[in-house]
Amino acid sequence: MSFWEYLNTRHQQLLTDAFQHVSAVFQCMVIATVLGVVIGVVSYRSGWGGSLAITSTATILTIPSLAAIGLLIPLVGLGVAPTVITLTLYGLLPIVRNSIVGLRGVDPSLVDAATGIGMSRTARLCRVELPLAWPPILTGIRVSTQMLMGIAAIAAYASGPGLGNEIFRGIASLGSANAINQVLAGTLGIVVLALLFDAAYVLLGRLTIPRGIRA
Amino acid sequence: MPETETGAVAVEEGSEATSGATIQLENLTKKYPGTPNPAVENVSMEIKAGETVIFVGPSGCGKSTTLKMINRLIEPTSGRIRIGDEDVTDIDPVKLRRKIGYAIQSSGLFPHMTVADNIALVPKMVGWSKSRVKDRVEEMLDLVGLDPREFHGRYPRQLSGGQQQRVGVARALAADPPVLLMDEPFGAVDPITRDHLQDELIRLQHELHKTIVFVTHDFDEAIKLGDRIAVLRERSHIAQFDTPEAILTNPTDDFVSGFVGAGAALKRLNLTRVRDVGIAEFPTVTVEDPLQTIFNKLRNGPHNELLMLDRQNRPYKWLRRGDLMRARGSLARAGQLVHDTVTRDATLHDALEAVLTDSGGRVAVTGRRGEFIGVVDMKTLMDNVQELLEADRLTAMEHQHELEEQRVHQTEQELEGGGSGV
Repeated sequence: MSFWEYLNTRHQQLLTDAFQHVSAVFQCMVIATVLGVVIGVVSYRSGWGGSLAITSTATILTIPSLAAIGLLIPLVGLGVAPTVITLTLYGLLPIVRNSIVGLRGVDPSLVDAATGIGMSRTARLCRVELPLAWPPILTGIRVSTQMLMGIAAIAAYASGPGLGNEIFRGIASLGSANAINQVLAGTLGIVVLALLFDAAYVLLGRLTIPRGIRA
Repeated sequence: MPETETGAVAVEEGSEATSGATIQLENLTKKYPGTPNPAVENVSMEIKAGETVIFVGPSGCGKSTTLKMINRLIEPTSGRIRIGDEDVTDIDPVKLRRKIGYAIQSSGLFPHMTVADNIALVPKMVGWSKSRVKDRVEEMLDLVGLDPREFHGRYPRQLSGGQQQRVGVARALAADPPVLLMDEPFGAVDPITRDHLQDELIRLQHELHKTIVFVTHDFDEAIKLGDRIAVLRERSHIAQFDTPEAILTNPTDDFVSGFVGAGAALKRLNLTRVRDVGIAEFPTVTVEDPLQTIFNKLRNGPHNELLMLDRQNRPYKWLRRGDLMRARGSLARAGQLVHDTVTRDATLHDALEAVLTDSGGRVAVTGRRGEFIGVVDMKTLMDNVQELLEADRLTAMEHQHELEEQRVHQTEQELEGGGSGV
């Protein structure tokens, strides 16, 4: 069976897997973004707080993803839970780091001006600091998403959703007729989805970065 | 002295826009933990309503810190701040700052907001209605000399440095605060633009009568803008707090005179207008007078020189006794064309410049439409400047005396109070 024939006969299954893959990554990205920005906002003002946040999220990233999922199975069981936890934790580093760098990079004279004209701390954060730090934060989100697309494939190891199932099935039946097709379909599917995601982020940037600070 | 009257005038005219409020600083001190000396030590001063006060001093003398304590961007370690009749030392700083305009170097405009959004910030925060905010934005742009239709939707990076600074001032004044704090606002623009912005600020202040506290390290800027100048030395100690005239003519000590720099008398000339000195009359004829009349006037009059005016009464030619002879009676060829005139609003500095370049040592003074009013010559200038300097010296000495008495009083109080408050 050629690769094209394989795609034709299995497209129903593949589309379901692809959709679940995207949906898992998207939802985890939302959680990671909220968490990451909050961690950034809380820690960027103190020197050691920022370092602590960046170092600890970086440490998480050094744990092999397969091991992380494996270690989570006895704690939270199989399926969606270990997938979501792993993906969210892995997605944190780029967002936390870019939030901190972005917020710290806001021109101090603008912060001074914002305070000086009578903005409260919250108003200053929401109306001045976060909008100005948004471009680097968005870059962090983009990098995070690319990374999670790949890591999400591993989630199939814990019976998680997504295109990883194709790859694992293929690897498990190496030598059989469709083994290579399965691995290939899963991998290419992830690459294509990642590119689509990236395009969506470019569009998002166009829509959300104010004209006055767009490069 | 006109400066002392501005406060009173401001209160009377304050029916429409909010005019200035007094600012009182009492024994303000700022001490940062871990440093042996306070950054600002025991500053007391009273700023009158509607007055422009300039803090000038070397960098690191604490002038900016003192300014930022007024809107409590920096919290004082001890001392009181009073604005108007209200003690603002302990009120909510966010609310306080909305009532105080704040303009800083490099404008501090938010780059992600349009010009209109930047100006609208404070009025929106204090809860003005949408339509009122919209009208106010247009009004403020107009006030600082920018066309609302053109600049409304622009982003700060699409403006020149000078334009950004104007918008910065517009934003600071948008919610009509009685007090305006300016922290080296014109420090980052080129000299020509700076000069324009200074003129603009003088014009604005003439209309608005806000209480302005302005920080700069440029003494020339200080004498140009200030009703009074506080020369500060390290730890924000007030070396002298007086009118520009008094500081120029009678600096209290070497520190102040070092700051005034060379040419104090010449700088003093910038502070007096031609209208304030005696403008002398001068015999005139017009181009329409018959030749014989002119001839007779020249020969019989006490002067050996006449000023010929054109049909609109504007200075045209200087005519001397011999000129008509040499030109063989032709008016068209006789005399010297008037090169330079000054208006009554010109500074004595401009007048002196004109007198020095004129061969006859005098300059014609003209009114608004260029019509002849009189002349100023070297002798008038010299006499007037002598008088001015003498008068300045006397007032400065008086002020100095008062300040010393105040200081003695303060020290006595401190000794009696056993160092309370610090």
